[in-house]
Amino acid sequence: MPRNEAGRPLPVVPPDRPMTERDLTLEPAPFDDPRLAEYRHLVSERALSGDTVILNMGPQHPSTHGVLRLILELDGERVITCIPDIGFLHTGIEKNMEAKSYIKALVMTDRLDYMNNTGNNLAYALAVEKLVGLDVPPRAQAIRVILAELQRISSHLVWLGTHALDLAAMSLFLYCFREREIILDILEMVSGQRMMTSYIRPGGLWRDVPPEFEPAVREFLKLFPRRVSQYERLLTRNPIFLDRTRGIGVITGEAALRAGLTGGSLRGSGVNYDVRKAMPYSGYEQYEFEVPLGSKGDVYDRYRVRMAEFPQSLRIIRQALDRLPRGPVQSANRKFVPPPRSELGQSMEALIHHFKLWTEGFDAPRGAVYSAVESPRGELGVYLEGNGGPKAQRVYWRTPSFMNISALPMLAKGHLVADLVGIIGSLDIVLGDVDR
Amino acid sequence: MSGLDEALSLLRATLGEDVRAVTEFRGETTVEIAPGRIVAACHALRDAPALRFTRLAAQTAVDYWPEEPRFAVIYQLHSLEKGLSLRLFLRLGGDAPAVASVVEVYLNANWHEREIFDMFGIRFESHPDLRRLLMPADWQGHPLRKDYPLGYEEVQFTFNFNEIDRKKPYAKE
Repeated sequence: MPRNEAGRPLPVVPPDRPMTERDLTLEPAPFDDPRLAEYRHLVSERALSGDTVILNMGPQHPSTHGVLRLILELDGERVITCIPDIGFLHTGIEKNMEAKSYIKALVMTDRLDYMNNTGNNLAYALAVEKLVGLDVPPRAQAIRVILAELQRISSHLVWLGTHALDLAAMSLFLYCFREREIILDILEMVSGQRMMTSYIRPGGLWRDVPPEFEPAVREFLKLFPRRVSQYERLLTRNPIFLDRTRGIGVITGEAALRAGLTGGSLRGSGVNYDVRKAMPYSGYEQYEFEVPLGSKGDVYDRYRVRMAEFPQSLRIIRQALDRLPRGPVQSANRKFVPPPRSELGQSMEALIHHFKLWTEGFDAPRGAVYSAVESPRGELGVYLEGNGGPKAQRVYWRTPSFMNISALPMLAKGHLVADLVGIIGSLDIVLGDVDR
Repeated sequence: MSGLDEALSLLRATLGEDVRAVTEFRGETTVEIAPGRIVAACHALRDAPALRFTRLAAQTAVDYWPEEPRFAVIYQLHSLEKGLSLRLFLRLGGDAPAVASVVEVYLNANWHEREIFDMFGIRFESHPDLRRLLMPADWQGHPLRKDYPLGYEEVQFTFNFNEIDRKKPYAKE
């Protein structure tokens, strides 16, 4: 029973006397649970007297999208305080990357935000390229953009499916995962892996895309707009969905900026900040696309913003595919990029470079760079500091989910527990991205 | 005068000698400031109407062990309106490192500073809620320090099998 329950539903009464009124009443327990001592300064006075209930939600809760634990102080169904507790998926990726050479650390990046693997590869590759001053051929840049946008669509599909599922729309989840499969097949075609691609590497790509790549992407471009309108038909004007999302989890643009929100969660409040426009990378400045904005900053506007990003991503992919240049997909700078396998049998120099790069790695200068990309969730930044040797002094990931979830207490205040589920979904968090 | 020059002259006017060094690397400007003046620097940069560094894009720390001063705390500031990026950093000694919290200037520094405290053991004075963030509350040590070992399993060969076996952490019966 809750700690402020005044009665005792099953009183223990000795068999030799009748039950009295006193057996049925019980003093409310004071706030003395040692497991909650850590949070004592965060809950209100009413929790200390037992007037409100402290409820634990997660970490094994299906609507927390992974292993997020929330400690909720509830007045009836209303959330008074929400205290996120993270770190259940902390795997020490930053520490591991600091112990590996720059090329070998790349495989760790796939495992950060497991919905945005090529995007993470891209963020890391850009940081390394900036640190050592490495060029990337135009063909590799265009393919990077195509893959990053495909990955954005696939990540948004998972967000849409699970968000709708949280708000009790089961069928959409299955449709979304059906379309996501097509994108994962394309990723498998180019990299051999559905998810942990490690395909985008410092200096370019692992290898060129196969000939089937372009037809497969074109097929997807043809098919997908129809599917998006199907999703819209299911949700956008659905009265149940509107009731569950409009006016829920409202945050103003100014407050969202102060809280560090980025990505669709920030643009839902009408702040026009997209890293692809603000600090273009990989040639995003060549492509025409719009940044969809919301106005009210509620769950519904965040939904509308992400839905409007589907056609924009398709637009970018179409442009990049139409003017896909020919040429190499890796920098010719052999001091940083390993030579292709075919050269190893003929060139002594290639063999030396291959051996040196895969054992010791290359040295990066002393100095630090910060480079950011727009991941499906917001600004994904990498702070990379070199120390003159083959391993980084510091690799820091500024992950969008980490900052977005830190704003949850602000958004959740005063809403019902059932709406909290929608608010978490609308922030689009991935716990691998939060905990690193 | 470009926006960054303006920011640098503002910092020099506000902090004077406490702006220790300005470096340029790969087109990014980094300013080293005295540890005591970080809140004043952030206030000045955020509130200057011509600059408006309203976003703390990222905040982290670096451990240079065994070098002294051992730590650096890094503040990546971003001005949305002017499209400017500026990095501030300060150095802290290895003995009980502490610096003032910037939560009053940038709200999102709350979790960044909790993470730095958790991972590096740097204390942030007047932080509203300085608890561990990623590691369990009763964890010993600060994992991202360079003298904290990266856990791995030693490979056992015939000549050192027993030696390694003795110190292996098996679960208690």
